[in-house]
Amino acid sequence: MAIRGYPMKLECKHVWEHISEYIDGSVGAQLREDIERHLEHCEICSAILDSTRNILILTADNRTFELPVGYSKRLHERLSKEMGSSEKDPKRE
Amino acid sequence: MQAKSSHEAELIARVVAGEKDLFHELIRPYERMMYLTVFSIVKNEVEAEDGAQEAVISAYRHLNSFRAEAKFSTWLTTIAINEGRKRLRKAKVAKEDSLDEQIEEREGDYTPAPLTDWREIPLEALERKELREALRGAVADLPDTYRQVFVLRDIEELNIEETAHALRVNAGVVKVRLHRARLMLQKRLAPFLKTMAPTRKWLFGGTR
Repeated sequence: MAIRGYPMKLECKHVWEHISEYIDGSVGAQLREDIERHLEHCEICSAILDSTRNILILTADNRTFELPVGYSKRLHERLSKEMGSSEKDPKRE
Repeated sequence: MQAKSSHEAELIARVVAGEKDLFHELIRPYERMMYLTVFSIVKNEVEAEDGAQEAVISAYRHLNSFRAEAKFSTWLTTIAINEGRKRLRKAKVAKEDSLDEQIEEREGDYTPAPLTDWREIPLEALERKELREALRGAVADLPDTYRQVFVLRDIEELNIEETAHALRVNAGVVKVRLHRARLMLQKRLAPFLKTMAPTRKWLFGGTR
């Protein structure tokens, strides 16, 4: 189907192939423009893009990937112990 | 950023010069990253914590071999990856030895899940605990090499080059794995997101 004003219609599959790079802002200017035009009229691709983006937002949320309770405390205790023992061994690298 | 890295460079110099206690301060911003990196490889909390501790100790012991032209975070990530891989080999959990530079020849189905009657995940849905749990599960189930790239890139927010360097693969491999990992997560979580996102709010007591 020809779309008014579009020199070339970008297929959904083509958009999906570049979705990750598009999110990262690493697609070229022309491709970016083509993708954006496609998104304007394609609800399916817009939904895919939004959902993928939201997954990444959720991924970056510190509450999603939590550390074990007490991890930091144990780590620094272990580190202090190591610092104490390496004092007795000045030759250690 | 500049201020942060010059402060960091100063801390490194001072620790190497003998003010050892400053290493606590130096490593604090990276503790989380160290744990998550090891976890992305060993997939076991106890093992990951132990590994992260070892990796931090190793960084402390070898701090004088750190070269300023490298980024401190990347250097630490590499140590954490090595520790994770060492543990994985020891545990013989998986055949990971040859994971470097694997050829991305698998064609597989890396298409996203279409969400036909759905527009956008409402922000409040992202606040739901269940969704975070589902995401954790989905990330844990990613193929190992995809998960490692995803964790470094999207959780720890390393850039493509840094991720490639840390995993000793090229940037193209990182991009392909990242793309596939993201689409696999989208596909896996799509049905879940759909059921969580009521499209017709007024059906639930809201006003139209």
